[in-house]
Amino acid sequence: MFRYLVRRLLWAGVLFLAVTFVTYVIFFLVPANPARLAAGQNATPEHIADVEEFLGLDRPFYVQYYRFLKRLVTEGSLGHSFLNRRSVNEEIYQAAPVTGSLVFGAMLLVLSISIPIGILSALRPRSLLDRAAMVYVLVGISLPSFWIALVLSYFIGYRLGWTPIAGYCEVLSVPEASTCGGFVDWAYHMILPWLTLAIVVAGTYVRFIRAEVMETMTQDYVRTARAKGAPARRVMRAHILRNAMLPIVTIIGLDIGILLGGAIFIEQVFGLPGLGTTAINAIGQFDLPVLQGVVIFGAVAIIVFTLIVDLLYAWIDPRIRLT
Amino acid sequence: MRTQFTTDDGIVGAVDGVSFSVESGQVLGIVGESGSGKSVTCLTIMGLNDPRATTSSGEVLFRGEDLLKASPRRLREIRGNEIAMIFQDPMTSLNPVHKIGTQLEEALTLHENATKKQARARALEMLTAVGIPRPERRIDDYPHQFSGGMRQRVMIAMSLINSPDLVIADEPTTALDVTTQAQILALIKRLQEDFGSAVIMITHDLGVVAETADEVVVMYGAKIAEQGPVDAIFSQPRHPYTWGLMGSLPRLDVAVERLEQIPGQPPSLLRPPSGCRFHPRCRYAMAKCISEVPRLEQLEYDPRHSEACHLDESTKAREAAALLTTFSEAAS
Repeated sequence: MFRYLVRRLLWAGVLFLAVTFVTYVIFFLVPANPARLAAGQNATPEHIADVEEFLGLDRPFYVQYYRFLKRLVTEGSLGHSFLNRRSVNEEIYQAAPVTGSLVFGAMLLVLSISIPIGILSALRPRSLLDRAAMVYVLVGISLPSFWIALVLSYFIGYRLGWTPIAGYCEVLSVPEASTCGGFVDWAYHMILPWLTLAIVVAGTYVRFIRAEVMETMTQDYVRTARAKGAPARRVMRAHILRNAMLPIVTIIGLDIGILLGGAIFIEQVFGLPGLGTTAINAIGQFDLPVLQGVVIFGAVAIIVFTLIVDLLYAWIDPRIRLT
Repeated sequence: MRTQFTTDDGIVGAVDGVSFSVESGQVLGIVGESGSGKSVTCLTIMGLNDPRATTSSGEVLFRGEDLLKASPRRLREIRGNEIAMIFQDPMTSLNPVHKIGTQLEEALTLHENATKKQARARALEMLTAVGIPRPERRIDDYPHQFSGGMRQRVMIAMSLINSPDLVIADEPTTALDVTTQAQILALIKRLQEDFGSAVIMITHDLGVVAETADEVVVMYGAKIAEQGPVDAIFSQPRHPYTWGLMGSLPRLDVAVERLEQIPGQPPSLLRPPSGCRFHPRCRYAMAKCISEVPRLEQLEYDPRHSEACHLDESTKAREAAALLTTFSEAAS
């Protein structure tokens, strides 16, 4: 087990290097000059050259990359924004909880909807419920997330006025400069974003759960359980679901990891200052350190959650032994 | 008893007019090819068919109670308790994510109020009874940590834990190798004597029947071809299908060039052959066999023994005798 962990962590390190490297390379292929943007509208060429030197942009690619890695490993710092010299770490610490609230809240919603529907669909295949669920799945997968977000925002937020149209409130306290804060405000503003993300994601889960439950129901050990005289609820809980839900753990973990990288469209439509918004702004301004920071955070999230999922799976499925 | 499955292609008559009885303490062997209806007969007894697609008619009398009319609650009481079933494939019949101790205890606690300690003690008893070595260590193992033979022993333990009156064993040894097969059969026989249960042993192997059964039912095409006491069936077989089965048995005591085959395929139960269902594969088939379904009739000289075939008695006696002599002739 320990050796497995060590191997996985080493491999995670390799992945990490690969991700940062690729991001760096792509950025260098883009013809733009962040120094010019940082220096401002009225900057003279000498001024821009100064800025370039200050930001270290005049050095060769590999030097820049080396300096970046060195700073990351020795100081744990992702650098400073080209534009406003703020610490990238700071930016990420501020943006990540927003994306985090979106993702975890939506996943809870997804699971509480898709598990019952998936199970019921599997128990009554080709029934009205089942067919309706499959239509929903198709629609949910096909509709673009920003379209759903815009529609919900317009009809429920604007026309009906049931929820705020956009914006984010801190969950734990009311900051001095803002008008909203606290748990209720936070949840209220998150309702539509949660709903949107849930609609987008739930379809896949319903399909998957339905397929898994249907297949598990035909297994021999389910028949054995019935032959022992077990009532239907027990058969479902202890035998069918206990087996059918195993693969879902993997999928949930992966999805969370991926979504934590930034649900860009939804954050944009609802004005949530999360990682997605941060990334888009950084791209537009060629703010490499910030962008790099978001990408790295996303990669780390995926790596971490994949690892968690692997360990969790080994714990709940006795057939898996980590070697 | 009749059982039909409604499928997209039509109605499949999986069991068509089957009637037999089992006495307490007796072993009844049901023999037949794949698709003959033997498994479905027993699933119908337990009420384990998919209720949405199955219709069963007739009677299944268990101590005077008709199980086909029993409530689902009553059936749940009976299953695993008064009637238990051992399934064919031990590799897939146990839940892979529960310890076998848990699964054994479940069989007990579903029907009796027992404390955890009591349930565990009883589970250990049963594991010892079926010959699992070091049961106190193995009880917390998972199914994938057992071999096929061991898993089947666990299944047997699970079926006997409530001392059922009837045990239905559906091809319990088909998925096991021959030496393990012998051990499992011996175990079943011994436990059956110890516990006093009646056993219905389903198999496609006449050798298994000869070894374990008191009574035999030979099924073909969802119907009974022949039934009677085991020595009667083996010494005086009276149905061409039974002859075919016996002729295709490999034997150690006789040198045979080629095993006899029964030509053709098992019949479709969706559109079964007219008249006698065996007629397309029977070398004795007559015009009557195509038009008229033979009735199951008792033999004159042995009312315990019945068969369903249009051939006259003298031909049957002659063919049976010829078959049995080829065995002893080849031996000499």
